[in-house]
Amino acid sequence: MNILVQWFPNVAHRLTEFIDSFIQTLIMVVVTGVISFILATIFAVILTLTQRGGLVQQSVIFNVLDKLINLFRSIPFIILAAALVPFTRALAGTAIGTKGAIFPLVVGITPFFTRQIQSALAGVDPGLIEAAESMGMSTSKIVYRIYLRESVPSIIRMSVIAIVSLIGLTAIVGIVGGGGLGDFAIRYGYQRYMLDATYATIIVLVILIGVIEFIGRQLVALTEH
Amino acid sequence: MTDKTAASHQRNLVAIRDLKKTYRTEDGEKVALHDVNLDIAKCDIYGIIGLSGAGKSTLVRCINGLEQYDGGSVIVDGREIAVLPKHDLRTVRRSIGMIFQSFNLMPSRTVAGNVELALLDSGLDKNRRKSRVKELLKLVDLSEKADNYPNELSGGQKQRVAIARALANNPSVLLSDEATSALDPNTTKSILKLLKHLHDTLGLTIVIITHQMSVIKQICNRVAVIDRGTIVEEGRVFDIFANPKAPLTQAFVATTSNLGKINDLLEDGSDLVNLHSGQVLLRMKYISKEVSEALVSHISRSFDIDVNIIFGDIDIIDDAPLGGLVAILDGPADRIETAIGYLKSRNIGIEVLTQ
Repeated sequence: MNILVQWFPNVAHRLTEFIDSFIQTLIMVVVTGVISFILATIFAVILTLTQRGGLVQQSVIFNVLDKLINLFRSIPFIILAAALVPFTRALAGTAIGTKGAIFPLVVGITPFFTRQIQSALAGVDPGLIEAAESMGMSTSKIVYRIYLRESVPSIIRMSVIAIVSLIGLTAIVGIVGGGGLGDFAIRYGYQRYMLDATYATIIVLVILIGVIEFIGRQLVALTEH
Repeated sequence: MTDKTAASHQRNLVAIRDLKKTYRTEDGEKVALHDVNLDIAKCDIYGIIGLSGAGKSTLVRCINGLEQYDGGSVIVDGREIAVLPKHDLRTVRRSIGMIFQSFNLMPSRTVAGNVELALLDSGLDKNRRKSRVKELLKLVDLSEKADNYPNELSGGQKQRVAIARALANNPSVLLSDEATSALDPNTTKSILKLLKHLHDTLGLTIVIITHQMSVIKQICNRVAVIDRGTIVEEGRVFDIFANPKAPLTQAFVATTSNLGKINDLLEDGSDLVNLHSGQVLLRMKYISKEVSEALVSHISRSFDIDVNIIFGDIDIIDDAPLGGLVAILDGPADRIETAIGYLKSRNIGIEVLTQ
């Protein structure tokens, strides 16, 4: 505790606020992570199946989804979050705070997350799909018995990368009133020159990312044969 | 053999007529198959041989509908594959097993899990699936590896698992797409032996795609040679080996025999083939299945000539000897001539190389 007071006086002074900010960041990452993981998996499966040479080749669906993802990926997140304010208000009732941050975060991270999972699915050997087809397996069963199951280790790896990016985005929503550690660091560390607040935030985020990567590695080791 | 050929006219498990397949690429159309006609009878071990890119993999994939075709018909067990609704096509696929060059086992599942995968849609309950998996692994002699993962197995073991998986639903046909091409010669032999055993015990019809004539030689009873999307020669394996007609077939047959070596020796002017007067160098070949006499000692005794065998290459195909000898006959010219005439009358192919 003494070290905290000595090295991070401004943080020690606002410890409850700092911890609350951390919890807000965690909530944003977990809620957004879960929602966008589900959406990204669905989109990635659709892209994989409808692409040229896919199991249900459908160029119209593929192209629309593909272009839409590229469109959203090309908008810088801070502009996207501002542009989404009316939609966020309509959907969440508010555009500020943790609640108001979830929607723009989901929109911001899902395109990237989709590309990550899409590339994990593309890593499944086409021979395995062919073998499953030759067994008379239906397309939906091929999706979860082969595509998803065989790519679990690389989906975990890709998800870790996406979650780390997501943590970056949660710091940005701080600027547009999203709360969380990013908001804390900007309000105190940047705007009020309390440099220790910035460093404390960096240390906590680095540890958080380290923990996430550690869990990811353990899960990969557990699922890879 | 002849009665089997007769039976094939009565009941073909796979009948392919005027099959046509064209790929559309950005540089235009590429014909993969045209005018392919094939009849595969029940209990055949039917080889389809060709160079890479000849269309053999496409052809075999038309049999289980993994590839769609543009014209002609493929009838498996009385059903036209092209017009089958999706659901029925899946049912038919369960009656057609398939194995691959790269094994295509699921890395995330154990050996037992891989075999069980093929049974998940069979309607069997969990216990019956387990006992069926046990039975299948015993059949391919891999019971002790049930809980291992594929990457812990050797290539031959992987292919055995793939065979067990392909047989899970008691298929009537097994398609083998270059299944031994990634294996070493000894493992190839043991896999082919297993396939032959399954053919003999289960009455399994097997279609083997390969680019290795030695595979055809070891287990097939019929063979089709495919070149640039079309069948250039087809027939009983013995006949094709004894009397290949198409240039590609001759090239394939030559890869399995060393009788062609004599030409190299002649070109090099080797001492082995340096003839004295009165000697004749000739190549004798079995071209019919009905030869099983002691021909060499017979001509040597009856015509009082010396037969000096330079080298030979005789194999047993379809329970009959096939191959030949390169030998120097030494003796008076008229007696050598009668001896040659005698051999010809016994259905031996004679080719006089030098005299």
